Amino acid sequence: MNALSIIEKGEMRTNLPTFRVGDTVRVHVKIKEGDKERIQIFEGIVIARKNGDLRSSFTVRKISFGQGVERIFPLHSPVIEQIEIVKKGRVRRAKLYYLRSLKGKAAKIKEIKPV
Amino acid sequence: MINGILGIKMGMTQLFGKDGIVIPATVIKAGPCVVIQKKSASNDGYAAVQLGLVEFASARRVNKPMAGHFKKGKISPVRFLREFRLTDSADATQVGSKVLVDQFSTSDEVDVTGISKGKGFAGLVKRHKFGGGAATHGSMFHRAPGSIGASAFPSRVLKGMRAAGHMGQERVTAKNLHVVKVDVENNLLIVKGAVPGANGGYLIIKKNKRTAG
Repeated sequence: MNALSIIEKGEMRTNLPTFRVGDTVRVHVKIKEGDKERIQIFEGIVIARKNGDLRSSFTVRKISFGQGVERIFPLHSPVIEQIEIVKKGRVRRAKLYYLRSLKGKAAKIKEIKPV
Repeated sequence: MINGILGIKMGMTQLFGKDGIVIPATVIKAGPCVVIQKKSASNDGYAAVQLGLVEFASARRVNKPMAGHFKKGKISPVRFLREFRLTDSADATQVGSKVLVDQFSTSDEVDVTGISKGKGFAGLVKRHKFGGGAATHGSMFHRAPGSIGASAFPSRVLKGMRAAGHMGQERVTAKNLHVVKVDVENNLLIVKGAVPGANGGYLIIKKNKRTAG
């Protein structure tokens, strides 16, 4: 193993759930206000995942008051308290950037029902 | 005290700091180093040690003068050697003793010296940060130097006029880099920010004045 992966593997989180592009997730984010800490939830569709050990990230898109909002999270960030999977989606792309130009019902993703 | 070590740049990554802040970090394979020669004030005029970075070096590639130098200290050949000044002339360091990365801790600041990446023959915009002209709107002045002086007087270009030429591949020191992490087991030193040179390049790492002092 090379020196970079020794460092990156050592810092990676192991308590993350497996989720894929197209899934709907609830990301529990720790927010610090002064000396108080609270949890904020960001719920939306995972439209992209970028892999690279510790540098991995994922993008979550939601529609907030009619306005599309995207947030990119570093996958291994300690700021993420928990990732909840709400729905599994069936998609045929690795990156769902096409959702940006779609609205309403067209922007819906077919759900995979748990068996 | 030897306030430094030799290393190889392995590459860059990122680490998470307090409150999830992302820290850009460079991973350096620092040491193990071995003391090859000791210089003293009485013998050489100044107190220093010559360190060598321990790595595989084919005995076939070592020339005779260097082979003799290594033989004197009974040390297997190394490729990269540099001198470090000793702060205390009565230093007890012996030839053959190891210098390891464990001398650093996370509150330290270091100066990292390396050979920067070569940029070839570079123009003024890249080499000296000249502004250049507008690319469009009928502009006919793009990346040229413009005026480089007056006319009949002085009838020559003043010395030191910045011009295009070879850029990079020179000795550069990145100063006051914070040590983010030390991995003694794997001989790794992680510093915040970038260090000069390409991945695989040799580096000289010294504690800065505040840390060493």
